[in-house]
Formats: sequence, structure tokens, C-alpha cells
Amino acid sequence: MRTQHANTARTAWLIIGGLLAVMLLFAGCGSSDDDSTSGNELEKVGKGEGSLSLVNWAGYVEPEWVKPFEQKTGCKVSSKVAGTSDEMVQLMRTGQYDGVSASGNASARLVEGGDVDPVNVDLVPNYKTIFADLKDQPYNTFDGVNYGIPHGRGANLLMWNTGDVKPAPTSWDVILDPEKAAKYKGKISAYDDPIYIADAAVYLKAHQPDLEIESPYELNEEQFEAAVNLLKEQRPNVGEYWSEAAKQISAFAGGDSVVGTTWQYQYFELQGSGKPVAASPASQGFLPKEGATGWSDTWMISSESKHPNCMYMWMDWIVEPKVNAQVAEYFGEAPAQSLACDQTEDKEFCTKYHADNPGFWKRVYYWETPLADCGNGSTDCKDYNDWVQAWTSIKG
Amino acid sequence: MSRRLANLFQGRPRLQVGALLAGPVGWLVVGYLGSLAVLLIAAFWSVDPLSGEVVQGLSFENFETLYNEPVYRDIIGRTVLIAALVTITDAILAFPIAFYMAKVASRRGKAVLVVAILLPLWSSYLVKVYAWRTMLSAGGVVNWALEPFGLSGPGFGATAVWLVMSYLWLPYMILPIYAGLERIPNSLISASEDLGASPFTTFRRVILPLAFPAVVAGSIFTFALTLGDYITPRLVSNDQFIGNVIFNNISNNLPFASALALVPIVVMIAYLMVARKLGAFEHI
Repeated sequence: MRTQHANTARTAWLIIGGLLAVMLLFAGCGSSDDDSTSGNELEKVGKGEGSLSLVNWAGYVEPEWVKPFEQKTGCKVSSKVAGTSDEMVQLMRTGQYDGVSASGNASARLVEGGDVDPVNVDLVPNYKTIFADLKDQPYNTFDGVNYGIPHGRGANLLMWNTGDVKPAPTSWDVILDPEKAAKYKGKISAYDDPIYIADAAVYLKAHQPDLEIESPYELNEEQFEAAVNLLKEQRPNVGEYWSEAAKQISAFAGGDSVVGTTWQYQYFELQGSGKPVAASPASQGFLPKEGATGWSDTWMISSESKHPNCMYMWMDWIVEPKVNAQVAEYFGEAPAQSLACDQTEDKEFCTKYHADNPGFWKRVYYWETPLADCGNGSTDCKDYNDWVQAWTSIKG
Repeated sequence: MSRRLANLFQGRPRLQVGALLAGPVGWLVVGYLGSLAVLLIAAFWSVDPLSGEVVQGLSFENFETLYNEPVYRDIIGRTVLIAALVTITDAILAFPIAFYMAKVASRRGKAVLVVAILLPLWSSYLVKVYAWRTMLSAGGVVNWALEPFGLSGPGFGATAVWLVMSYLWLPYMILPIYAGLERIPNSLISASEDLGASPFTTFRRVILPLAFPAVVAGSIFTFALTLGDYITPRLVSNDQFIGNVIFNNISNNLPFASALALVPIVVMIAYLMVARKLGAFEHI
């Protein structure tokens, strides 16, 4: 018995010793971790490498325009759908993908982390005719260097079940004002991502002008706290936080949620299957009166891409007038390509979605990565890390 | 060459064993313990608030946040509580099934039951959770079945997490208990009856003590699996588990995610030590 105990003890010590040795080994290697970008910007698009793997939002990579691309270029496309920007960043950091349709709250992080490379826009012929107000924006151009090709843009929607929510809401107060929201207690649907704090900030910008919120992504201590508290008050009324589009679709279809924030994609899916839903889409010419958060997406190329030629061909393909029109109509967003407006099946599409109406987009606050640098000289804004921590405490 | 190699190993048992084990042990130490070690080290790093880059230096900041923010204590408490509830539920459900399989069912019945228990493991985890999601939704089959009695289902929330997890991990409890009960000789049960013990006494004094290590072994599976899961809570509730918070932090604050990942490891070590005391490893 005694010898057995002695053996066990020895084994335990051996394991601990091994563990320590490995730790030392890694600690030694830790500092040599290089963060340099490979910076192999293409000079010329060559022959395709035969395959292409993408990280994208649901509805961006669909057979209708992927099949012709594969036939034309020989690049076999595989798509990985991500539900949130955080997920996109994580997936891109694995280095297994060639490109990503990044929103503004992911692009800065990807550039800073060296996960994506600059894009030589001269190699993307269709870039020239992209709407001017989408070019050289803070979420796709860093220090004057282009990091991607704009894909399309849209506003986040307020969706409701027309049978249960009457009268039709015209303001976010239906889900954010504690008293009004209580009417739909347990049936409210909210986006499960720290960036949702910006929705509260957009609401406060309109309803509490004394907070002096300018950008919903650049919030100081006081403004941030107000937004977080608003969401903490909303928490008991929320039936479900959604992060996958499929989750929200099933919640609205099953009657678990009747009102909440959504994307065009879910709205179209539900409408297509005959559910009694309405939304405040750009297509109906109206935003909730406070304005809305929104997205402007950019195709970016991974710094570890093994198929850069295919990726450049894809970036050109997706903003080709006909294809960009197809994508925009499928997803329900404003196309980035100005020539796409002549190619849409619905000839009024671009007017409905305000594609060439810069005034409309002034009230849409595209997702951005919150940084400590407020953009107005002071550096006391809450950074994304604070947003994540706050989001955890909001959900409890 | 091969002859030389053979000569080298001839009559050297230590070398033989060493060569045989080098691969698996190497994998265990480098791949498995190594990644744990990296996790442990990363937990003491921090993130520079301005640049967002990881600073590789000793700092207890992450552990202070974990300790000081009440929300993390709530989340850890909730995760451990649900894991414990799932384990108890599964033990209560699994024991009679395993007992029937081991001691009552015919050979054929036994085979059918084993297949029936293993069958759910063949389908995707996600499909099963989404199926539960559909059943528990407002217009789902659970509400439909309860409606005539004037009741309604639990809806989405902690109860739903408990239900779904109990369903998911049940096979992992049944199989060890079944194996444990199989090993109890029938003669012991007969002897107990011959000596005049009531069925309940036989169960309490003979079967349960002998099968208890198997129950503890099964509970390690159900407890650990629940502790580490983050997809089920995300799909059938708004509650956050430890895994959800790790997931949220992993891209922008890896050190904090690592620190939080140590919590389930510590909980599991404590659990395994208790399990050892209860004799779960005696027959391994």
C-alpha cells in the first residue's frame, strides 16, 4: 500500500515537472511571436488557384451568383456563415480563410491585428464605379490605405408581428422605453452582441440631448453608462437575444418574439413563408424616427490567404453590376455598385433602398469598432473591451 | 538496418516500453498538457487598453475582475448549479433504466435497449438542441400537450437549459451505471434475499453501495459536459454560462478568456477529488 502511494506521488511530481518544463518552453518562445503582416499585395491578378474559402454574413454567398463565378474562374467557393462580427474576427484569426465580408465593427480589429492585407483597388476594375460616399471611409481605409471593396449597406430594422403589435411602431421606444416595452414583456427580441449598446446610444441621442452623444460608437463614461443602464432596464422585457439569424426566424415563426431589432434577411425569410410581420425597412422609405444603426460591409483579403488570385477575382465579381444587383436584391440592401441600379429586376429597387441618396444614410450609423480614441481629441471613450464586459453584465 | 534495430531493443525492456510510449506520451505532454499550460500562462497576461494588444507580463488584473464583478460570480454559480442539477436528474433517470438493462431484460431486450440509448448519439448535437427549441417554443408541442390541463411549458430559460442538458447527456450516465451493475453477481442479490432482506433493503445495503462508484463515474461525464457547454444555453435561454463569456471575450481579450477558462478546470479538479474519495476510480 505504501509503495503504491509513493508511486502515485512520484507520477504526480513527474506530471507537474513536465508541465513546468513545457511552460518554460512556451514562455521562452512567447516573445518571438511575430505580428508582421506578409504584405504581399498583388501586382497583377493571375490564374485562379482553384479554390476560395470565405467568411460571410448569411445571404451573401448564394448559388445564384457563386455558380457562374466558379464556372468563369475555376475557383471552387466554400462559405462559412458567421452570426456576429466577433465570430468573423475569430474565424479570420485562424488563417484558414481567404476573405471576409467584414462590417465596420470588425474591420478595424482585423486591420490592427494584421489579419487582413491592403487591397490594390487598381486590380478590381469594378471599383471605379462604386458609390463615392462608400469609398475611403474610416471602416475600410486606414492611414490612407484601402483595405477592401465595399459590398453594400443597410440599416438595422425594427420588425414586429402585425397581429400582436398595434399600432405600428414608428420609434425604437416600443422596445427601449421601459414603460412601453413592458407591454411586450418576454416577447422582445434583441441582438446578442456588444454592438447592440450602440442601438441604445442612438435612442438616447434623440431622447436625451443633454447627454450630447455624437457618434453612438464613441461614448464617454457618462454616455456609456446611460446606454448600458437603458439596456439593463430592457433586460427583463427581452424574450430572447438572438445571434444566429435562424434563431430569430424560429422565434418569430413560433410566436416567442413579436417585436425587436432585425436584419432584412430575417424579415424577407419570414415574409416569404407567409408570417404576419412588418418592418421599418429602408424600402418603405422610413427609419424609426431616431435613425438606426446599420452596416456597410467590405470584402477584405486575409493576410494568410492561400488563394489571393481567386480572392481578387471574387472581389471584382461581387461588385460587378449584374452580380451586385442580384446580391442586393436577394439580401435586401443598397448595392455598393452605382451601375447595379440599371441591372436590378425591380427597376425601382435603388430608389426604394436609397442607394444613391446620401442624405438618407446620414441617419444611419454604420457599425464601427469602439475605440478609446473618441475622434475629437480626447481619449476617454469606452473601448470595445469595455463594451464586451458591459454586455456580459447587461445579460447577467 | 532492421536487424540492428532489433538487436538494440533485444533484452532491454525499458527501452522497448520507452519507444512504444514516446508517441502517445509526447502528444499528451506537448499537445494536451502544453495547451493547458499556455492557457494558464495567458491568464496572467493583460490587454493594453489603448492598442488592444496583449501584454505578456505578470498581472492579476483578470482574476481581480473575476472576483470583484458580481456578474461573474452569478454566472459561475449558475453554471455549477445547473451542472449539479443535470447530474442529479440524470442519475435518478438512468439508474432504473440501467438496472433493467443489467438485471431484468432478456439478451435481446438488452441489445435493443443499448441501441436505443446509443441512437441519439448518432445525430448531430445541434439538430437535437434545435428540436428541443421547436418543442419548447410558444406554439410548440410541449405547450400544445399541456394546454388541455390549463398548464403551459417552461418556455426558454434556465428550466429549458436543464431539460435539454439532462436529455443530451443521459446516455453518458446510463452506460457507466449499466456496466457497474453488470459486474454485481446475481448471487449476492439472491443471498441477500435468502437472508430475509426486503427488496428495498437489498437495494440499499447491497446494490447501491456496489454500484455507487459507477454512478459517480457517470456523474463526472454529465457534470463536465454541462459545465463546458455554451451552445445549448445560447439556443434555449438568455442565460450566460461560463462558456458563453469565454466565447464573447476570446477575440478581443484572450487573457481574460483564459482566466475564466481556469474556473471550470478548478471546479472539475475539486469534483474529481471528491469523486476519488467516493471510490469512483477503484475499478478502473
